[in-house]
Amino acid sequence: NMTSISEDSDKEKMRSVSVDLNNDASLVIDIPDALCERDKVKFTVHTKTTLSSFQKPEFSVPRQHEDFIWLHDTIVETEEYAGFIIPPAPPKPDFEGPREKMHKLGEGESSMTKEEYAKMKQELEAEYLAVFKKTVQVHEVFLQRLSSHPMFRKDRNFQIFLEYDQDLSVRRKNAKEMFGGFFKNMVKSADEVLISGVKEVDEFFEQEKNFLLDYSIKIKDATAKAEKMTRSHKNVADDYNHISGALNNTAADNNTAFKKHLEKCAEVFEKLRKVEDRMASDQELKLTELLRYYTRDIQAAKDLLYRRARALADYENSNKALDKARLKGKDVAQAEENQKQCLQKFDKLSESGKKELTSFKARRVVAFRKNLIEMTELEIKHAKNSVSLLQGSIEILKSN
Amino acid sequence: MVISCNLGIVFIYFLQSKPITPTSAPDEGDIFSEEGSYIRSDVHHATNGLHSDEELDLFTGISLHRCTMTRNDIMVKCYLSHQHTSVQSLEATVELTLTNTTSQGRREIIGPTASACNTTHVPNSILKPSIVTKTMEELEEEESGDQFELNIAVTNPEKIGDGMNAYMSYKVSTQTTLPMFLNKTFSVRRRFSDFLGLYEKISAKHSLLGCIIPPPPQKSVVGMTKVKVGKEDSSSAEFVEKRRAALERYLQRVVAHPSLLQDPDVREFLERDELPRAVNTQALSGPGLLKMINRASDAVNKMTIKMNESDNWFESKLQEVENEEQLLRRLHAAVDSLVNHRKELCINTAVFSKIVAMLGSVEENSALSRALSQLAEVEDKMEQLHQQQAFSDFFILAELLADYVRLLGAVRCCFEQRMKVWQRLQEAQSTLQKKREAEAKLLWANKPEKLQQAKDDINEWESKVSQYERDFERVTCTVRKEVLRFEKEKARDFKQHIVKYLESLLHTQHRLVKCWEAFLPEAKAIA
Repeated sequence: NMTSISEDSDKEKMRSVSVDLNNDASLVIDIPDALCERDKVKFTVHTKTTLSSFQKPEFSVPRQHEDFIWLHDTIVETEEYAGFIIPPAPPKPDFEGPREKMHKLGEGESSMTKEEYAKMKQELEAEYLAVFKKTVQVHEVFLQRLSSHPMFRKDRNFQIFLEYDQDLSVRRKNAKEMFGGFFKNMVKSADEVLISGVKEVDEFFEQEKNFLLDYSIKIKDATAKAEKMTRSHKNVADDYNHISGALNNTAADNNTAFKKHLEKCAEVFEKLRKVEDRMASDQELKLTELLRYYTRDIQAAKDLLYRRARALADYENSNKALDKARLKGKDVAQAEENQKQCLQKFDKLSESGKKELTSFKARRVVAFRKNLIEMTELEIKHAKNSVSLLQGSIEILKSN
Repeated sequence: MVISCNLGIVFIYFLQSKPITPTSAPDEGDIFSEEGSYIRSDVHHATNGLHSDEELDLFTGISLHRCTMTRNDIMVKCYLSHQHTSVQSLEATVELTLTNTTSQGRREIIGPTASACNTTHVPNSILKPSIVTKTMEELEEEESGDQFELNIAVTNPEKIGDGMNAYMSYKVSTQTTLPMFLNKTFSVRRRFSDFLGLYEKISAKHSLLGCIIPPPPQKSVVGMTKVKVGKEDSSSAEFVEKRRAALERYLQRVVAHPSLLQDPDVREFLERDELPRAVNTQALSGPGLLKMINRASDAVNKMTIKMNESDNWFESKLQEVENEEQLLRRLHAAVDSLVNHRKELCINTAVFSKIVAMLGSVEENSALSRALSQLAEVEDKMEQLHQQQAFSDFFILAELLADYVRLLGAVRCCFEQRMKVWQRLQEAQSTLQKKREAEAKLLWANKPEKLQQAKDDINEWESKVSQYERDFERVTCTVRKEVLRFEKEKARDFKQHIVKYLESLLHTQHRLVKCWEAFLPEAKAIA
């Protein structure tokens, strides 16, 4: 089964959970459409550029989720980028929900009426579409974060990702062999302990550390709870659907006055369901996805702190080693060199880290603002639609 | 006002001293506070001078006119419409004659003879005749014009006693202009078993006639035990509210039924201070009642005797009723699911609101922090909206459907009664046949001494057969009438509830718009 998504007016609003990252015309990236084939999504990555480093001014390539992950991993493993917040990798497209529904639909087909089947199919399509939109958005934002960053946009692998018109999977396999287990280098579980354990001299980083640790817990929690809330909201919309069907069934069997009332009511529920569904999915897209994204982004910021903390630990160790070497009188030059390098690395990380974290703050605030405004405007629009729908139907029912 | 119908001319006359005014908006705290109710006040009617000497009963020609509901108290008021008005302030006798309606289930409009004690009989010469002829249809349309008011409310649940012997006592208040009651406003306290007792009495008397008896609310051991044990939580409060509302609807349906309202047991239930404790209400527990109803339909299904042509109506109608019951069950299940999901949404929204507030308090950017706390407040308001909506989902829609599923069961009982009467007639006819054969045998065998007995037997059974034939005719007529009345009320009931429900949704959506519109500037203020 194939579903494709193309530009529509709402997509404009759905663009990024972050700031509008496409404001630099020298490199503009978007995902104008995607194809879903058996839960494997093929994204069309479209680039427009004025940079001479690219071969053409405009081009598109098909990419899979795994390609994005490859790109993310290569960037993480690049030593040069240790001082930057690496844009979080997009999560794998999760079609578990719609798949379950499809399964139920297949199983229950024989026991359902034609209308019930059609309604369930409708629900299924809507859910599929919602997952689809989300995954496109999140993959797009990932690329746009890279393109809008002064260092990442110049990354060679990024360029390959955008331009290489052959299947990337061959390259991916090679890369995996090259890097091997480097990625596992960072033991995430030691993360928190290391960061909190560091004796922080710098006020800025001390504050950031405390803030990020606390915030990350809360935003993760908020994401989970937003998801639950959205889920309930969608259940209500589904119920409207079933009620509409049941009303129509009851009406089919009936005489005039009663029948008309039931049918009108069924119609209202049907329309309300669409609105309710939009309300729920817009809230999800704007709020839940925002929270989800920043949960990951905060994690990326914490990773930066971790790398800096490790660099500090390395520096402290190099100091100790130098002292020991001086005491022993052996390999002092080497130890001095090591210490110098550790300090350099640490300073570099601190410097770029500070910049990154400062712009991260600003980005977060802007993103929240943008999404909260858009969500509120959409919710108002939907609620007003409901109001006029209900007013109209009540009029009609009363006049009958 | 004069009604002419197929079977004769009927004249109604009365002298009216003043127009009937609808119940004006009562004081604060009156449980019958009327929001959005209407009663037509143009009740001037012409008079004519004829009255019959038929023994007529007062309020047979009434029907459930309109239900209105106040905001959250979901109090349904029944306005009983009437063919004419007769108020205690009148000085003349109101009399109304009507011939029998056709068996098409047309309304039997019967009026009162000498009504209240403070009326005097005014000679015809004084009355100003003004004959207006109306058809049956016009009459039915006009029934909304004349109204007697009978409002019933069930309120103030109070727990009496402690432990497992405790019970809930409810206040049953009546407000009425019907002269058959001793007062205009009165109230009594009743407990749940009293309501079941009332049902039992009504059922015993009227179900045999083919009336549709409204089923009482269901017993709930779990629910009541929680209350008895003294669990002061929201679920037992909800249970009590659910029961209170169900008892109220039950009574309102009972008094909306023309014959039931006249039943002295009903009047006693509403009026009498102390009611003897009802026993034997075990059989009327929810599952018990259901079993009874199901047995009824089984019996009907097993009926293999084919009746005559007119039964096609009954056969197809019964089938309709059974189908509808199933469909309404499914609809009810869907609405039930909505209620549960809405409650879940409520809880999840509250939880989300709290975490957003926490996020706001941690947020370092002050404008964003403020916006997040505002968002938390919006979500909090939304939780309240969802809760109110869940309340409406349940009390306006779900309970309506649950009531009608049970009512349709009662309708099936009604058909069963008719079948029983038919069966009895069949059996009597076959017994009569046997007696005749017996007589013939005796004549043949020339046994004169036993002949007299045989003749007596035949006479006995002949009169029984004709009695049962009349019974069957009557039951058939009643059932038809009842079904048509029921269908009309059902259509009206559903329409009113659907409109009410949509209005509740509208209210919620309005409030949603307001909530979000208030938040928008907060979101824009983030810098």
